[in-house]
Amino acid sequence: MSEKILMKGNEALAEGAVRAGCRFFAGYPITPQNEVPEYMSWRQPEAGGAFIQAESEVAAINMLYGAAATGIRTMTSSSSPGISLKQEGISYCAGADLPIFYANVVRGGPGLGNIAAAQGDYNQSTRGGGHGDYRVIVFAPNSVEEMGNFPKRCYELAEKYRVPAMILADAILGQMMEPIAYDFDPVDPKTIPQPAWALGVSTGRERRVVRSYDLREGELEKLNNQRIQRFREIEEKESRCEIRDADDARLILVAYGTSSRIAAGAMRMAREKGLKVGLFRPITLWPFPKKQLAALAEKGKRFLVVEMSMGQLVDDVRLAVCGKAEVDLYGRSSGVPAAEEVFAEIERVYKTIEANA
Amino acid sequence: MKLLNKRPVSLVDKPMRYCPGCGHGIVHRLIAEVMDELNIREKTIGIAPVGCAVFADEYFNCDMIQGAHGRGPAIATGIKRSKPECIVFSYQGDGDLASIGMAETIHSAARSENITIIFINNAIYGMTGGQMAPTTLLGQASTTSPKGRDSKVNGYPIRICELLSQLEGARYLERTSVSTAGGVIKTKKAVRKAFQNQIDGKGFSLVEVLSMCPTNWGLSPLESAKFVDEKMMPVYPLGVFRTPEQ
Repeated sequence: MSEKILMKGNEALAEGAVRAGCRFFAGYPITPQNEVPEYMSWRQPEAGGAFIQAESEVAAINMLYGAAATGIRTMTSSSSPGISLKQEGISYCAGADLPIFYANVVRGGPGLGNIAAAQGDYNQSTRGGGHGDYRVIVFAPNSVEEMGNFPKRCYELAEKYRVPAMILADAILGQMMEPIAYDFDPVDPKTIPQPAWALGVSTGRERRVVRSYDLREGELEKLNNQRIQRFREIEEKESRCEIRDADDARLILVAYGTSSRIAAGAMRMAREKGLKVGLFRPITLWPFPKKQLAALAEKGKRFLVVEMSMGQLVDDVRLAVCGKAEVDLYGRSSGVPAAEEVFAEIERVYKTIEANA
Repeated sequence: MKLLNKRPVSLVDKPMRYCPGCGHGIVHRLIAEVMDELNIREKTIGIAPVGCAVFADEYFNCDMIQGAHGRGPAIATGIKRSKPECIVFSYQGDGDLASIGMAETIHSAARSENITIIFINNAIYGMTGGQMAPTTLLGQASTTSPKGRDSKVNGYPIRICELLSQLEGARYLERTSVSTAGGVIKTKKAVRKAFQNQIDGKGFSLVEVLSMCPTNWGLSPLESAKFVDEKMMPVYPLGVFRTPEQ
């Protein structure tokens, strides 16, 4: 636990990882996440950990691959183009069952895009991102408080299931300042049990091998199936969401991260005008909180997805409601909507609900 | 009866799947002998590359990790910074180290990471079936330069030891060969020095070993050894390029 302090999102994220026991950071500069490596450059040595400014994002993620194989808590961070470069290494970590943690402070894309907030990396994040058949656990904070507190959850789940875990943020969450209180005591890495697969001094035990390949006929499928069993278990047990004002709502907004803050503002405007509007916020994007959303669809709710991309989150919403409810999309591609704009869309959709009633 | 020689403890007792006349088996054994002699097996972590030597993770009797193509030095960096008490070596071929992994090679040297790299230069991509490598000689045929490497189209071979010798962080650079018995003995000395440097905290050490690929060169093992001596050595002269004593 900590006092309430005022912090920038990126710094809260970095400090949150250190407090969660991270003792290895490798990264490469890219806006809008530069505060993370800058913070780690002094904070890691202070905490007895290692900081490396790598020659590229590709090198940084491979440094993590090596460091994580020794069983310690590691982190890298980047923004969209840099995360694309890291996908090779993330896929290897997934294939070698290494529980790495990384953050994507998303910017506008595709290509070099811009440095403003966007949510265009939803599909890349929630579908694994690199080559091969795997997923990573994706947490989507919507405040500086969550930026700081989610790294610890990422480590715990990543280690429990031996899969990579990430935070999907954006330029606004990385750059804005808000009060934060850490909801956990700093973790002493010495208290984290050394995993049975970790590389190191092998005296008195069999040698260990970390790898992501198996060329023997049929063996890779067996290996992958074990991992997929764990994915199923994650989907069953680990999805998280926040539901607000849904009981009497006729229309439920679905939004994550920064969009969910804007959607909450639009929802307040709607409630003031007497429109019965609620908010469903996925906190984990993978596993997606399908059942929680499906339960609302069963109750006859209508949905309006608000995302800063042109139809990525909406696909998961439609899969979850499975034809049982109508789902509209208010998307912006590398543009941040004002609450008023979302409210105007709410009014439009709400009229169609009333017309149908 | 007197036992003259035996399998090093640092080598797993299983048949290697390298081709007849290939140099990987020789260099594997030399590394294993050095690990035995320096008594470092139990604290050594090796990195297997992508390429023929991907199977090195089955052959070395120590903790091993297999990594992405060319990223060995970055992986070694991550391990060494997390476990400074361990001895970390990266085993890489020419496509791995001098092509796709060039940035990782140069920057780990520039940082003078306290790691050991064993670099096998056989002037060809072996595992994928004989394509042109960054170290393929001018005029040398490969499956992607069937008429021979042409400088106008394919550029020139890269000399890694000479290139890295510009960097202050590259503390030990030596090029040897395993095409002759004498070369094997010299290679072992160089490998030993590259590990001893790490034990002594001297920084980045790399041994470039000129080696044979009879299968993809289309030559017999004997002809291949001759190819190293007569064709490769003029382009890749043997010797010490940097030492920590400098």
